[in-house]
Amino acid sequence: MSHRTGLEVSHAAAEAVKLAHVEVVAAYPITPNTHVPERIAEMVANGELDAEFIPVESEHSAMSACVGSSATGARTFTATSGQGLELMHEVMTVASSMRLPIVLSLANRALSSPLSVWGDHSDVMAIRDCGWIQVFAENGQQTFDLLLWAFRVGEDPRVSFPVIVNFDGFHVTHVIEPVFIADQEEVDRYLPPFKPNAVLDPRRPVTMGAYGPPFIYSETKKAQDFALHKSKEVMLQGFAEFEKIFGRKYNFVETYKAEGAKTLLLVIGSFAETAMDLVDKLREKGEAVGLVRLRLWRPFPEEELRQAVRGAETLIVLDRAMSFGTLAPVVSEVRAALYPEEKRPQIVSFVGGLGGRDIRLEEFEYMVKRGSELTQKGGQKELYETIGIR
Amino acid sequence: MEKFSIYAPRLVNPEENIAPGHRACIGCGEVLAVRYVLKAMGPNVIAANATGCMEIISSCLPTTSWKIPWIHVLFENASAVISGVEAARKALTRKGKVPPGRVYCLAMGGDGATSDIGLQSLSGALERGHDFTYVCFDNEAYMNTGVQRSSSTPYGASTTTAPPGKVSIGQWSQKKNMAAIAAAHNIPYVATACSSYPFDLMAKVKKAAEVKGPAYVHVLSVCPTGWRHATDTTIQMGRLAVESGVFPLYEVENGKYKLTFDFPKLRPVKPYLKLQGRFRHLKDEEIDKIQKQVDKEWLKLKSLVAMGGGEKKVVPVPAAIESKGKGVKGPGSKIKRKNPTTPRLRRTGPKKVSRRGKK
Repeated sequence: MSHRTGLEVSHAAAEAVKLAHVEVVAAYPITPNTHVPERIAEMVANGELDAEFIPVESEHSAMSACVGSSATGARTFTATSGQGLELMHEVMTVASSMRLPIVLSLANRALSSPLSVWGDHSDVMAIRDCGWIQVFAENGQQTFDLLLWAFRVGEDPRVSFPVIVNFDGFHVTHVIEPVFIADQEEVDRYLPPFKPNAVLDPRRPVTMGAYGPPFIYSETKKAQDFALHKSKEVMLQGFAEFEKIFGRKYNFVETYKAEGAKTLLLVIGSFAETAMDLVDKLREKGEAVGLVRLRLWRPFPEEELRQAVRGAETLIVLDRAMSFGTLAPVVSEVRAALYPEEKRPQIVSFVGGLGGRDIRLEEFEYMVKRGSELTQKGGQKELYETIGIR
Repeated sequence: MEKFSIYAPRLVNPEENIAPGHRACIGCGEVLAVRYVLKAMGPNVIAANATGCMEIISSCLPTTSWKIPWIHVLFENASAVISGVEAARKALTRKGKVPPGRVYCLAMGGDGATSDIGLQSLSGALERGHDFTYVCFDNEAYMNTGVQRSSSTPYGASTTTAPPGKVSIGQWSQKKNMAAIAAAHNIPYVATACSSYPFDLMAKVKKAAEVKGPAYVHVLSVCPTGWRHATDTTIQMGRLAVESGVFPLYEVENGKYKLTFDFPKLRPVKPYLKLQGRFRHLKDEEIDKIQKQVDKEWLKLKSLVAMGGGEKKVVPVPAAIESKGKGVKGPGSKIKRKNPTTPRLRRTGPKKVSRRGKK
């Protein structure tokens, strides 16, 4: 049976990596993800984890080494944050296009400049089109759970895609929380050994990473997108099996007290937990307010989102990143997903929590109030409203 | 090993691990070097290739020229990719998931991928001590993208991003010494080689592969397209580069320098330069400057060899192809062509083709 223990969430992530019998880890230090590779390096040095730890000279090389390792058939993990992810960017698209199921834990961090080591979602939003499966964890338990799920789903031969598990820098990474750490036997039951479709092996030579001229490139991209959409079925199976073994339930879009809600908040990442507190408070007062938490970010769960918000009058979307010159990333996806709906809620967009700034209960309360107010007035006229700005 | 050159031809691996039918230019010295490298390595190898000529000519989807496991990822990361391959093999071997025994790890890249954009990833992999061989195929510019300068382009050469003009000589900087940079990592084996000396190249690659830990082989890869010389003079061009001291062949074994070929007297650089369109614009005074630089580097190398107490093989310059030094006509015009009926491509000659002649 799992045991419940208090530990730093970064260390819980490292525990998941250890229980998954990861074979190669290549990582480069960057705040706030550093504690994950540090703890793994310690485990390798102690002999707790039988793996190769490659202390590379940059994030670009971290992801490159991961590509080499995964292509050779080893279960492969890396971790990074902010600028590190940006430096990996070039290699990320190759990893997904070559269908290499690397798992990356991303301690979300703001992007320079000005330099900020603190959390927001600018890093992952800047690479949202890189072809990886992307999920958001809100706390330590979810980080631990989703990492195990990521290996199982990503490595499934029907999927064969790399996975990013997002967890907020500092707000989650550096927090000590009680986490149920699974037993080895349970994890082994959940996670079969990695058996890739093709590997670099002299016994059966293959060519990987060929170049595609115009007569074939489009077909490769179409096939890749088709496979990513199709992988949703396996993801759901992964969640169902997880629930069976560990008892915790996950879904692409999760709701909290959303039944009959007139106003819905939509939040990704750890701020959803603050929003839950607000929903509790307002529900006690008798207000019909609920919460939608987007767990899966890529492939985007359009249909699941439509179902989750059906019947609401106002949908308040909080983004922790900007898309300069247009709508913030999450709200633009949400608007696109709801456009075909005959009756859709008024969508109100807020941007906040940038570069580690907190969003408190009162601010969520303001968002709800302001959201209903704007709905009464016929909708939001500006692209977005900024929360907690001086 | 003294009689190696006599026996080697019979000992050469007959297997071809890069298949014919690839798209390399006529007279390509680089793909020839790749062929020799693969012969030396044998089938028990995994290769990571940087973006560049060799990747483009060999891997047009859905075809491949490679008969060995081969991966191409990006331009600047072949060393990091092979680090991952090597680490994975180590872990999988330890866990019994692959059969025991050594599989050679080979990373390859051109001079741009090695000395410019990929220098950091190469340095990292050398420093971390991965068990792999890096082979740089140096054709002295970004040939795949159309002859742009790299840090490995020699002084005075004309390239599309360092063209000679009224106020420029072309390449204004000296060629980066990659072998010395590799050697500065205190790795067990560094060597320079050239496909004009196939047995020496293969022997060095074999040595590099056998060494435990990182090894670096820098191969001069003659490029008729970028250097602008006749396509049937590739081998000769490599030999001239070596015999004139422009590209000396040597090894650095555990820090000790050893000359592969020593010459009682180096050829002058002029005939080598004069055969190539990329040096056509150089005046005699500039050629003198290059000569002085080559002499200086040669002496420096000799002093490094002397310090290491390394042996040297003195090879007299073959009289038959010795330059008579007659004006602009280099030794190329003195060499009897094996098959005089083959039409000679004239686009590279030192005369004619005067773009500047237009008025």
